[in-house]
Amino acid sequence: MGIDPVILFFILGVVAGAVKADLHLPKAVYELLTVLLLLSIGLKGGVELADSDLLRILPSLGVIALKGVVLGLIAFGLLRLSRKLPRADAASIAAHYGSVSVGTFAVAMAYLEHQGIPFEGHAAAWVVVLEIPAILLGVLLVRGLRPSIGWAGLSREVFLGKGVVLLLGGLLIGLLAGPVAVEPLEPLFFDAFRGVLALFLLEMGLVAASRAGGLREHGLFIAFFGIAFPLIGAVVGGLVAWMLGLSLGGAVLLVSLSASASYIAAPAAMRLSVPEANPSLSLTASLALTFPFNVVIGVPLYHHTLAAIYPVTGG
Amino acid sequence: MHRKLLTVITEEALERPLIKIINEAGARGYTVTEAWGSGRRGARAAGIEQGANIRVEVICEEDMAWQIAEILHQRYFKDFAMVLYLSDVQVIRGEKF
Repeated sequence: MGIDPVILFFILGVVAGAVKADLHLPKAVYELLTVLLLLSIGLKGGVELADSDLLRILPSLGVIALKGVVLGLIAFGLLRLSRKLPRADAASIAAHYGSVSVGTFAVAMAYLEHQGIPFEGHAAAWVVVLEIPAILLGVLLVRGLRPSIGWAGLSREVFLGKGVVLLLGGLLIGLLAGPVAVEPLEPLFFDAFRGVLALFLLEMGLVAASRAGGLREHGLFIAFFGIAFPLIGAVVGGLVAWMLGLSLGGAVLLVSLSASASYIAAPAAMRLSVPEANPSLSLTASLALTFPFNVVIGVPLYHHTLAAIYPVTGG
Repeated sequence: MHRKLLTVITEEALERPLIKIINEAGARGYTVTEAWGSGRRGARAAGIEQGANIRVEVICEEDMAWQIAEILHQRYFKDFAMVLYLSDVQVIRGEKF
């Protein structure tokens, strides 16, 4: 099987950005692509949820949310132990890495579909429950119980960010409408998914290239962290997947999510809640290292590793 | 009629808190536009949301302009990329500002 073309779009973006080609997508287009991806993932999950037993899924969502907090704590602990970063920066990076990237999830989903590997339909709900807890943890680690924008301001940032609103909104629409009623929407949200993803990855490649300058500024330590920590996240995610008895496809998704770092919800919330943390540090790690690593190497690596060692549970 | 024009160029993340401060100070209006450029805290692109800049303009009485500027100075100068300046402007309908 040839290399998935959506990944080549990402590489095109990186190369174009690196050679400073005259290419950028307008901000509104980037936002529309994000909205489409979020709604597609949400809708798909919702349609599948319509056929499944919600009550059976809820406990696993709790476990997965808890995993986000545990991963954030591990990141914070390691960063503090390294004595390289002040508390605020360590907490902010921990929030980014405990939270997740929808882009990485979309890539992993497209990868599984490309390979014909089935996965749990409600996986979109994992993204929703993983996005928030680590951000709250990050704020708690610096501010204790008093975030500088107040709890009302922080909850607005966290719960009303477009990630949560659109994923949850898509899930609910899919759930309420059911598969048959959603059918007319399929050309835009399901059939065009890979095309949208390709354009989105082109832009993400450009962004990653533009962030690469931050690497020189922040040095080797953050470069090392941006590649090494996803592997720790992947192991933790793999253990949780195994504990929950997920299918191989589901495990690949949860592992990819665990290896990913937020670049939408966490930066926005941390910027206002913990302003003294350097935003360029966590964004450089997340966008210039972790995201490209996961997209190009991580997702197939997680799949092949899991395929070799993951016991077949039947999902 | 003479008024002050307060211009703030800062991170997009601050849009909401900034507008709250402007409203609480009693200003009658404001204008927000997207902005990009380069400065001490590095080049800022307008593309992806993290790193995008906005430019907020308020025309008001001098006292109020200084009052807003002072609040912004205290709260945000340390940790945020922010350029702020006051200029004299002449307006036709003074009652509007």
